[in-house]
Amino acid sequence: MTTMQIYVPCDSAALAVGADEVAAAIAAEALQRGLDIRVLRNGTRGLLWLETLVEVETPAGRFGFGPVEAADVPALFDAAWSPGHPLALGLVAEIPYLARQQRLTFARVGITEPRSLADYIAHDGYRGLRKALDMAPAAIVAEVTASGLRGRGGAAFPTGIKWNTVLKAPGSEKYIVCNADEGDSGTFADRIIMESDPFVLVEGMTIAGIAVGAARGYIYVRSEYPHAIARLETAIALARHHGYLGTNVLGSGRAFELEVRKGAGAYICGEETALLESVEGKRGIVRAKPPLPALAGLFGKPTVINNVLSLATVPIILDKGAAYYQDYGMGRSRGTLPVQLAGNIRHGGLIELAFGVTLREILYDYGGGSASGRPIKAVQVGGPLGAYLPESQWDTPLDYEAFAGLWAVLGHGGIVVHDDRADMAKLARYAMEFCAIESCGKCTPCRIGSTRGVEVIDKIREGTQRTQHVVLLRDLCDTMLNGSLCAMGGMTPYPVLSALNHFPEDFGQADTSQHAA
Amino acid sequence: MPTATVSPAAVSPVVAAAALAAIDGILADLFARLGDRQDQLLPVLHGLQEGAGYIPPERVPEIARHFNLSLAEVHGVITFYHYFRSEPPPRCVIQVCRAEACQSMGADQLLEHAQAALGCGLHGHTADGAFGLEPVYCLGQCASAPALTINEAVFARVSPARFDALIAGVLADDARTSAMQASSVEVTV
Repeated sequence: MTTMQIYVPCDSAALAVGADEVAAAIAAEALQRGLDIRVLRNGTRGLLWLETLVEVETPAGRFGFGPVEAADVPALFDAAWSPGHPLALGLVAEIPYLARQQRLTFARVGITEPRSLADYIAHDGYRGLRKALDMAPAAIVAEVTASGLRGRGGAAFPTGIKWNTVLKAPGSEKYIVCNADEGDSGTFADRIIMESDPFVLVEGMTIAGIAVGAARGYIYVRSEYPHAIARLETAIALARHHGYLGTNVLGSGRAFELEVRKGAGAYICGEETALLESVEGKRGIVRAKPPLPALAGLFGKPTVINNVLSLATVPIILDKGAAYYQDYGMGRSRGTLPVQLAGNIRHGGLIELAFGVTLREILYDYGGGSASGRPIKAVQVGGPLGAYLPESQWDTPLDYEAFAGLWAVLGHGGIVVHDDRADMAKLARYAMEFCAIESCGKCTPCRIGSTRGVEVIDKIREGTQRTQHVVLLRDLCDTMLNGSLCAMGGMTPYPVLSALNHFPEDFGQADTSQHAA
Repeated sequence: MPTATVSPAAVSPVVAAAALAAIDGILADLFARLGDRQDQLLPVLHGLQEGAGYIPPERVPEIARHFNLSLAEVHGVITFYHYFRSEPPPRCVIQVCRAEACQSMGADQLLEHAQAALGCGLHGHTADGAFGLEPVYCLGQCASAPALTINEAVFARVSPARFDALIAGVLADDARTSAMQASSVEVTV
C-alpha cells in the first residue's frame, strides 16, 4: 500500500483560520481508519480565501480542497478525497487565479516545505548562490543592475546601483540589512516569503554579501510576525549547519553570517534609517540624508539595505540571468510585482504578475469584486500612506511611473479594497491619526502636523467652519508634504488629499471636481 | 495559595519579591549571553519581556549600567516602542487589528463587540485582570480580515460570533488549569 501524501499549509494566514486543527484532524482520522497517510506542511499558495487549502498528491498532480475546516475532515475521508466533493478545487496548479500568474520570486512558495533545506535544493534552491560564487563581485552587481530590479519599497530605487555604491565604498567592514518591517496594511508578500520560502531570502542576502564584500547581515523583522521569525531562525540554522552560511560559504573561502533582529512594534522602523537606528539599539528615529546608508549605514559602515522582495528575487536573477528577469514588465518597471489583494475583496491573496496589468483586472478578474457583494468605492494602493483611487482611475496599469503620474504610489504593491459603505473622511482622519501615533517625532511637520490634521478633519466632519477648515487642511498637507524629513509625514497627505479630492461629498463638500492632482 | 500567573489586580508582596528574584536570574543570563554592546539592548529587552512578561521599571537602572547608557536613554528606548510594557500583562492579551484592510471588513464593529463582551475599553483590562484589550496595526492577515491575536496566537476572519467562541475557549482552558492547580499539592514559592 502506498503512502498517501497530504499537504496542509503552515503559513500564519492558514494557521489563523485553523490549519493546525485541520492537520491534526487528518492525522487522527487516518489513524482511526487505519490509512497510511503522511501529512506534509507546505507554505501557502497565496489563494488566501481558500485557506485552509488542503492538497492531495495524485499521479496527475496536487489536487486541492478548500476552504477546509477541521469539521469537514471526516466527510472528505468518506468521499475518499474524490473530485466530486463540494470542496474540491481541481488540480491546484490549474486554478486560473494561480495558473495565470507569472511567479518568479514566489516560484517555490506553496510548493515546498519551508522547514526543509533538502526540499529547497530539490526545487532549484541555491543555484543562484553557486553561480555567484564563481563570479567576480562586480560581475554579480552588474547582473543585478542589468535585470532592472528596483526596490519594492516606496522609492523604487534600482537595486544594482545601490549595491554598486556599497561595493565601491572604502572599508572592509560592510553590512547587508534586510528591511522585513512590513507594517503596511494590505501588504503580506514579505510575510509569505519569510514563512513559506525563508531560504530564498537567506540565499539572496548571502549573494548580496558576496557581491559587495559584506560578511554580516541582519534581517529586521517586526514583532507582529512571530511565525516569520521562527521560520527564518530555522532556515538560518539549517543553512549554517550545511555550510551555506558561516566562515567559509560552500568552501569558497568567503564568509557570511546572518542574524534575525526582532522589531518592537514601531511602524517608523520600516523607514531605512530608523531601522538602522533600531538595530543599533536606539529609538527608531530617522536620520537626515545624506549620508546615504550605502556609504554610512549600520554602525556608520557602508550598508546595503533592501526589502525582502528585492533580496528574495536576487537568487532567480543569478540563476536564470538578467535577461530572463528583464523580459517581464513594462517601461522602466521590469520583472514582476507581487500584488497583494486585500480588504473587502472576494478572492484576496498574493498575485505575482509582470508589471502592466491594470487595477481593474486585478479587482475583478482576480479578486472577483467585493467580499460584501456591494459596489467597490475606493482602492488604496501602496499601504496606509498610499492614495485612494476612485473608479475613474482603475484602468491605470501597475507601473511605478503611471502611478506617479496620478499622484499615487504603487509602493509595495499592496491593494486594500473598500466598498460603498466606506466613509472617506473617516479614513482620512485615520491616516492622520496613524501618523500621529507612529511618528518618530523628530520633525515638526510630521509630529505636530498629524495631530493638527486629526483636529482639523474632526472640525470638517462635524461641520464647523467647513470651507475654511478644508483650506486649512490643504495647507497643512502642503507643509507635511514639503517639510517632513521622511516619507512618514511626507506621504500621509496622499491618502488624506486623495480622499478629499475624489470623494468631496464625504467631507460635506459639493463635488466641484477641483482635483489638485 | 498564590499562583504563578500574576494578575495586575492582586500581587502579594511575597509573589512580587519572588518574581523579581526570578527576573534577576533572567537578566543575568541575558547579560552573559548577549554581551554589553548597545546593539544588544533590544534583544535584552525582548528576552526580559519574554521571560518576565514585562520590563520592570525597578530593573531599568541595572540595564542602563550594563550597557553604559544613561537611564534616560534606556527609558527612551522602552517607551518609544509600542511592544514593550512596563507592567505585568493581563493573563490574556487580545490585540485587535485596526489597520485599513481590517477596517474595510468590520474591525471597528468587532472592536465594539469585544469591548462590550469583555466589559473593558481599548488599552484597558477587565476588572479581574483576566483580559486586556489592545490595538495593533497590521498582523499581515489583510486578505482574511478582520484579524486579532490572543496571547500572540493569530486568528483571522473573526466575526463577533467567532470572537465569543474564542473567549469561551480561553475561559474553558482557564477553568481546566485552575482545577488542576486546586487538585495538586500546594507549592511554596
